[in-house]
Amino acid sequence: MAVLNEEQRMLRDGAEAWALDRAPVTALRRLRELDGQTGFDPDLYAEMAEMGWTGILVPEEFGGSDFGHLSLGLIVERLGRTLLPSPLIDSAVAAVGALRLAGNAAQQERFLPALASGELVAVLALDEDRRHPQRQVALAAERDGDGWRLSGVKRPVPFGMAAGLFIVPARTTDGVALFLVDGDAAGLDRRALREVLPRGAAILSFDNVAVGPDALLSPPGEGQGVLDRVLDRACICQAAEMLGAAVQAFETTLDYLKTRKQFGRIIGQFQALQHRAANLYAELELTRSAVEAALAALDEDGDDIPVLASLAKALAGDTLRRMATEMIQLHGGIGMTDEHDAGFYLKRARVADMSFGNAAFHRERYARLCGY
Amino acid sequence: MADDVEQGFRAEVAEWLKANFPASLAYKNPQPYHNDGALADADADFQLWLRRIADKGWGAVTWAPEYGGAGLTRAHEAVINQEMARIGAFNPNRSYGMMMLGPTLLEYADDEQKLRFLPGIAKGTVRWCQGFSEPGAGSDLASLQTKCIDQGDHWLVNGQKIWTSGANHAHWCFCLVRTDTSRKQAGISFLLIDMSSPGVEARPITLISGTTHFAEVFLTDVQVPKENIVGGVNQGWAVAKRLLQFERDSLAGNRAEAPSLAPLAKRYIGEDADGRIADPDLRRRLILNSMRSRAYSQTFQRAAREAKAGTGTSPALSAVKNLGSDVSQERGELIVEILGNRGLGWEGGGFEPDELEATRAWLHSKAYSIYGGSFEIQNNITAKRVLNLPDYQ
Ligand SMILES: Cc1cc2nc3c(=O)[nH]c(=O)nc-3n(C[C@H](O)[C@H](O)[C@H](O)COP(=O)(O)OP(=O)(O)OC[C@H]3O[C@@H](n4cnc5c(N)ncnc54)[C@H](O)[C@@H]3O)c2cc1C
Repeated sequence: MAVLNEEQRMLRDGAEAWALDRAPVTALRRLRELDGQTGFDPDLYAEMAEMGWTGILVPEEFGGSDFGHLSLGLIVERLGRTLLPSPLIDSAVAAVGALRLAGNAAQQERFLPALASGELVAVLALDEDRRHPQRQVALAAERDGDGWRLSGVKRPVPFGMAAGLFIVPARTTDGVALFLVDGDAAGLDRRALREVLPRGAAILSFDNVAVGPDALLSPPGEGQGVLDRVLDRACICQAAEMLGAAVQAFETTLDYLKTRKQFGRIIGQFQALQHRAANLYAELELTRSAVEAALAALDEDGDDIPVLASLAKALAGDTLRRMATEMIQLHGGIGMTDEHDAGFYLKRARVADMSFGNAAFHRERYARLCGY
Repeated sequence: MADDVEQGFRAEVAEWLKANFPASLAYKNPQPYHNDGALADADADFQLWLRRIADKGWGAVTWAPEYGGAGLTRAHEAVINQEMARIGAFNPNRSYGMMMLGPTLLEYADDEQKLRFLPGIAKGTVRWCQGFSEPGAGSDLASLQTKCIDQGDHWLVNGQKIWTSGANHAHWCFCLVRTDTSRKQAGISFLLIDMSSPGVEARPITLISGTTHFAEVFLTDVQVPKENIVGGVNQGWAVAKRLLQFERDSLAGNRAEAPSLAPLAKRYIGEDADGRIADPDLRRRLILNSMRSRAYSQTFQRAAREAKAGTGTSPALSAVKNLGSDVSQERGELIVEILGNRGLGWEGGGFEPDELEATRAWLHSKAYSIYGGSFEIQNNITAKRVLNLPDYQ
């Protein structure tokens, strides 16, 4: 665990207390049963906003606290333990990051306070179909007077049914640009996707959506650079959330190893299982180191952020997937039941891995950055 | 930490190093220059460097001057290490005595023993080896059988030690012996034996890497003075456990982040049209190893930070040691695979010296998960002490 200052300790303890009370895995189950399309519980999100979490990366002049990424990382790690679905990373990290990095004064004034207060949820409309884009954006933007027209499809867009604002990377004749598109823009059609876990994912179809000049967040040619930096931040926070899920999967499994009896003894006495547990513990520690180093680098504005982001996301992806798989295996039959939580961890492992580029994508990116 | 050191100390250190560190040793891998080995003996500059360091008291920076140290703080030591690293210098007094026995004696020896044995360790003049393992006592160290009988005015020792690193170059041996056969752990004593005593015979054992790094040590009617027991008769197990902790600390810390293998791979294998290492399968494994290696050194730095802040939640050393051996053994494999046919050489012409050395290093790396507590034993420790799983027996 990172060495924390007073402020960070208070945040962490606050998140711990709140999560125990308000965000057990049953919160996820409830959402699933409701079959709603938002993918998160707006009341819980409002409570999170009230505690200031949505404003942790927003400057004070826009109503935030600017506490930094390590602080936010502590919170998402805690929420990740019980898999609480919320657009905190999508909106309070990625969208806030994009506006801070590229927004002009008017755009920042218009959106940052609403994002900080939690009234507005904004998300990236990033992926276009099967894979995280590797620098090929199909959705096209064409000039139309002093504005633009957007056409194409984005899917899946997490929390796309509920978001009030989208940040949309689009291809232009002069390279990638980023646009701010209202959720109810004319010509934008949203259709809900049902995925293995609720996260309010949507297919967004842009049919000649007209936007004004004030919708241009990053001009053609500059969009990709901004997007890369935004994604680094999102990836690192996503990795922190995945670490939390992995820690919980491990602890739940460890508890089971200490209680379940077979052959007249506690199964945790079998050395084969002890060594698996010890190896998993080592993987968790390795992943924690990568995540915390990356969070610290964001706050220090280090120059190796892209490498550390890809390292953290790739390790977190592999570790959580392995942990969730072992969680099921070491629980035996009960782990296969819908009644048990293990399946949720496996599903989250897959969904979270696919968010902002999966482990394979980030291994390759790391390799390129490091000259392999 | 280094902030606590008085102004000017750093500059003094730098100046002294500049005047005294032999240029021929700069950036030499300190590993083969371990002060327990034959290479160190053969190199005149190394011997000179060791003498200078010893005279300065920097062979054991934090030890008291009467024990051969410089009586400085850890903060001073950190500054000295940093300044050394800056110019490719290293502490020539890395030895089993320094890593394991010295710190143990500081805690467990009586005053007379400290004055007698510590200066030789601090100055690097007396070399030690570790006589713990026996043919029948490896992981289950406490089952050791070397007999030590009280003969009134001396101890009489009979038995056999094995895997004793550096035994053929050592002057003294810190040994575990059995002074009571009726109890397992509680019958063990920690005994210091002069390797030149009659009845001590070290026979070198050749390793798979071709080196004779260690030896079997036969002890036949060896007479040892009564005052050579450390920590009391039948009290040796506690002393040994502490010493093994020091050993684990130094082993886990041994392998910081290693340099990228990408340039080597590109030189030997070439690049594809995209500038990538041409062998995609090997490339993938190199990437994985590099990522784990980096996360391993991040873990190391984190553990150090947390230990300093006293948060008490540091990653367990037993797990860190396993991560370290895993990462560096895989690296050894990858290097030899990169070298291809050039990684198959044993000695002589037709191979570059670096190639031959890499092959030997690969072979030697297999020991990382055996000594200092094997991979499996470390996992037992993690399971029991860290994860609180019940004993498997
Ligand atoms: C290069 C090198 C240098 C060394 N230097 C020294 C030295 O200077 N002084 C010294 O005293 N010793 C030294 N050793 C010895 C080393 O400490 C022992 O080799 C080690 O303790 C293992 O003991 P063993 O070789 O008898 O193997 P064993 O204990 O017989 O182990 C065989 C296998 O069984 C496994 N095993 C054993 N017990 C368990 C268990 N409870 N649960 C699961 N698996 C188990 C082990 O992990 C291993 O895989 C050195 C060894 C090497 C390789």
